Amino acid sequence: MRFSGLRVIKEALTGHKGWTPAWRDPEPQAHYDIIIIGGGGHGLATAYYLAKEFKQKRIAVLEKGWIGGGNVGRNTTIIRSNYLLDGNEPFYEMSLKLWEGLEQDFNFNAMVSQRGILNLIHSDAQRDAFIRRGNAMRLNGVDAEMLTTAQIKERYPYLNTEDARFPIKGGLAQHRGGTVRHDAVAWGYARGADSRGVDIIQNCEVTGFKIENGKCLGVETSRGFIGATKVGCAVAGSSSRLMAHANMRLPIESHVLQAFVSEGLKPVMPGVVTFGAGHFYCSQSDKGGLVFGGDIDGYNTYAQRGNLPVVEDVCEGGMAIFPAFGRARLLRMWGGIMDMSMDGSPIIDKTHIDGLYFNGGWCYGGFKATPASGMCFAHLLARDAPHPNATAYRFDRFEKGLMIDEKGMGNQPNLH
Amino acid sequence: MIIDHPLLGPRDSAEFTYKGDARLIDRPDPEKGATAHDFYDYGYLRDNPAGWHEELWFHEAGDRSWLVVTRNTLTHEISKVELARDVARSRGRSK
Repeated sequence: MRFSGLRVIKEALTGHKGWTPAWRDPEPQAHYDIIIIGGGGHGLATAYYLAKEFKQKRIAVLEKGWIGGGNVGRNTTIIRSNYLLDGNEPFYEMSLKLWEGLEQDFNFNAMVSQRGILNLIHSDAQRDAFIRRGNAMRLNGVDAEMLTTAQIKERYPYLNTEDARFPIKGGLAQHRGGTVRHDAVAWGYARGADSRGVDIIQNCEVTGFKIENGKCLGVETSRGFIGATKVGCAVAGSSSRLMAHANMRLPIESHVLQAFVSEGLKPVMPGVVTFGAGHFYCSQSDKGGLVFGGDIDGYNTYAQRGNLPVVEDVCEGGMAIFPAFGRARLLRMWGGIMDMSMDGSPIIDKTHIDGLYFNGGWCYGGFKATPASGMCFAHLLARDAPHPNATAYRFDRFEKGLMIDEKGMGNQPNLH
Repeated sequence: MIIDHPLLGPRDSAEFTYKGDARLIDRPDPEKGATAHDFYDYGYLRDNPAGWHEELWFHEAGDRSWLVVTRNTLTHEISKVELARDVARSRGRSK
């Protein structure tokens, strides 16, 4: 069933009786060629590209809850590719390009909105660092523009540029960045994968791996054993818990990142603004709510809720640059669990166990990476070789000293 | 979260800086045969359990002592707080 304007009109005139479920609810089969663990954005995107781009058959996605019920539904929906390092920038730019064509590709309205992202600067040193970042982006063929305070004021006239501690001296803009309707990403990929024969099996928790002679033969689940030639894990946030079943310890700590939404307001924020020095970023959803957040709480946790000191810190940051937002009331807040890796960058790699593949360590940047993560993980699973844009995301980079440390913080996950 | 400091009593966790797994006390010793791989394991790999976790907290805005806090990562409940110095000595570290 393809969606189109004509179809919407036809259904409107005939009582909406022709719509069918967007995906099936199949029983698990005894064996698959490829099993993806995790029915979030990355897992569903992987299955979609495996079926569509790599022509793989007999694929299943196993999800312990319902699809889109994890981090793909708990983020702040921002897409961008404003990275500095060579190991990252081509990957994230590939992701942004895939976002740009995604809705046509999977015939689903994901409300991709390239409203632009702006990183604020407050000092000469920060201006130098951001000019360097912008130049690195442009060397990779990505759009980047340094804006003056006056140019920023044109778009955000209510922005407080005169804060005594963090006066705003300009900003680095990526006009192709923006936001996406996050749930629709999961639904669009699920529908696209399902229509190409992928079994999406919900309420099916993986409780162990069957590993014999160094080879993974399948997974134990809450719905029985399911055999597989290859198993790909895409459960960022719970990676350490899952991989512990394969006796693996990961270069990852789990941390909580909080997010907040205000009551609905008339359009006030034209794009995404990040105030990194003050631990605050904000955009406005199409429903009108101000969507904002800040830093991770900073301690290991699997509780999908944070604590009050970070709430205070985020709101202080917001009030410093957008004093007017103090009049808006907070509607809801939540926490999502992040795979915080030791260098702030992800892992898409084979494990030492034959037939077992891993995708995780996305820190708080997993949402924007969803399409490229799916494409690169599908490439790895189908061809047993890393995608050219994901060659740096290896497990062994920590032992070999090949870290991709955008912030230069070292092996302290809560500082990335 | 409230951390019940062994010397100072209950303190707001916001006064502390979080370091990580308390196994970081057990730094490999090259003089006892530790290899580069041991340091990789120490520096980069973590158990990261869902449940009880012994972890290092530094009382940065207080008496600047290091604590070993036993905390549940599913509920944020804290069951035990010790001075890291005492823990390290009990494991034969320091004097």
